[in-house]
Amino acid sequence: MKTRDLAYVALFAAIIAVLGTLPAIPVGPVPITAQTLGVMLAGAVLGARRGALAVLLFLVLVAVGLPLLAGGRGGLAPFAGPTAGYLLSWPVAALVIGLLTERTWDRYNVLVGTLVNVVGGLAVVYAVGVPVLKVATGLPWAEALWSGAALFVPGDLFKAFVAAAVADVVRRSYPVIERPRRAAGAR
Amino acid sequence: MTLALYVPRASVVHRVPAGAKLLALATLAIALFWLPTLAGAAAALLGTVAVGLLVARLPVAVLARQARAVGWWLVALLAVHALTTDLRTGAQVALRLLTLVLAAAVVTATTRVSEMVRVVERLCAPLRLVGVRPARVGLVVALALRFIPVLVERADRIRAAQAARGGSGRGVRALRTTVAPLLVQVLQMAHDVSEALDARGADDVPSRPRRRRTQEAPR
Repeated sequence: MKTRDLAYVALFAAIIAVLGTLPAIPVGPVPITAQTLGVMLAGAVLGARRGALAVLLFLVLVAVGLPLLAGGRGGLAPFAGPTAGYLLSWPVAALVIGLLTERTWDRYNVLVGTLVNVVGGLAVVYAVGVPVLKVATGLPWAEALWSGAALFVPGDLFKAFVAAAVADVVRRSYPVIERPRRAAGAR
Repeated sequence: MTLALYVPRASVVHRVPAGAKLLALATLAIALFWLPTLAGAAAALLGTVAVGLLVARLPVAVLARQARAVGWWLVALLAVHALTTDLRTGAQVALRLLTLVLAAAVVTATTRVSEMVRVVERLCAPLRLVGVRPARVGLVVALALRFIPVLVERADRIRAAQAARGGSGRGVRALRTTVAPLLVQVLQMAHDVSEALDARGADDVPSRPRRRRTQEAPR
């Protein structure tokens, strides 16, 4: 990895951290936070590899004892709690969003981006987060799905759209993801 | 923003190496899931609180804060288990959860961030085989920590600039007027920083020939 890639990775880890300082909207046990927006942005702006690494770096910073999660939480406690699955799903989410964004790079727009972010930022996150929630708490599936996924769908859909809108502007003004090789060869 | 959850004290717990504490935490977690008894969970909770408050002499607030964060879940757990299974199971699951969260909080509060980073670097050592350089991991951590206050400052500046032009800086339109420009700005900044680092030899092998080599007179 070039130093530039390292700087981008560090930058997005920092962006996710700063988004955690925005006021969270409390709905039930887990608040809606802007941090998943940062996760989506990492994948959509940096691509799969660097995006996933940025999120991973953020989680490492949290785990080593910095209070960077929304609400000033941090340390190892969040990884022992019931919402640990969501945290662990984030790097995968950024990876999936990055892969799909790279694939659709030539025809990327807000709509495509939103769909990509929904697949990576909602489907992947819930697929990992909800089962972990269920195992950690012993809740029945219905309850786990309601408190662990359904409540977040509206907010997460909005975030998927926001991330796509921002990523689209960045793509046109300062693209970080390189064009796919075949496109470069066709020129 | 206080950038650490570490609570300095002169205690045995603080002096135990970070790796050992992490291992103990993992063992506790496995034990609690393999031996699901109410008495065991209660004993583990008492033990954890005793270690945290009496041995490590942490303020009650440190543990109370983490307990409050999962407080909702504990209540919900008890309620759901009381309705579906029985209260005993509910209490056991809730105690297990609380114990793990508190034990993790104790480890974090008694271990310096720098020690944890060193553990991370050591854990990264096997990744050398796939081309990861552990020293670069340290660099990227340092960069991220430095970027956080810079980002806050840049965001404030863009917001002020928009306000001076009569923009509100809120709502969906702010995405185009504030968030996207901010992102482009900081991406450029990160790029500049990486060039500055490369110029000072951060990368062993330059990825491309440098355009200009600054000649410095020997001192």
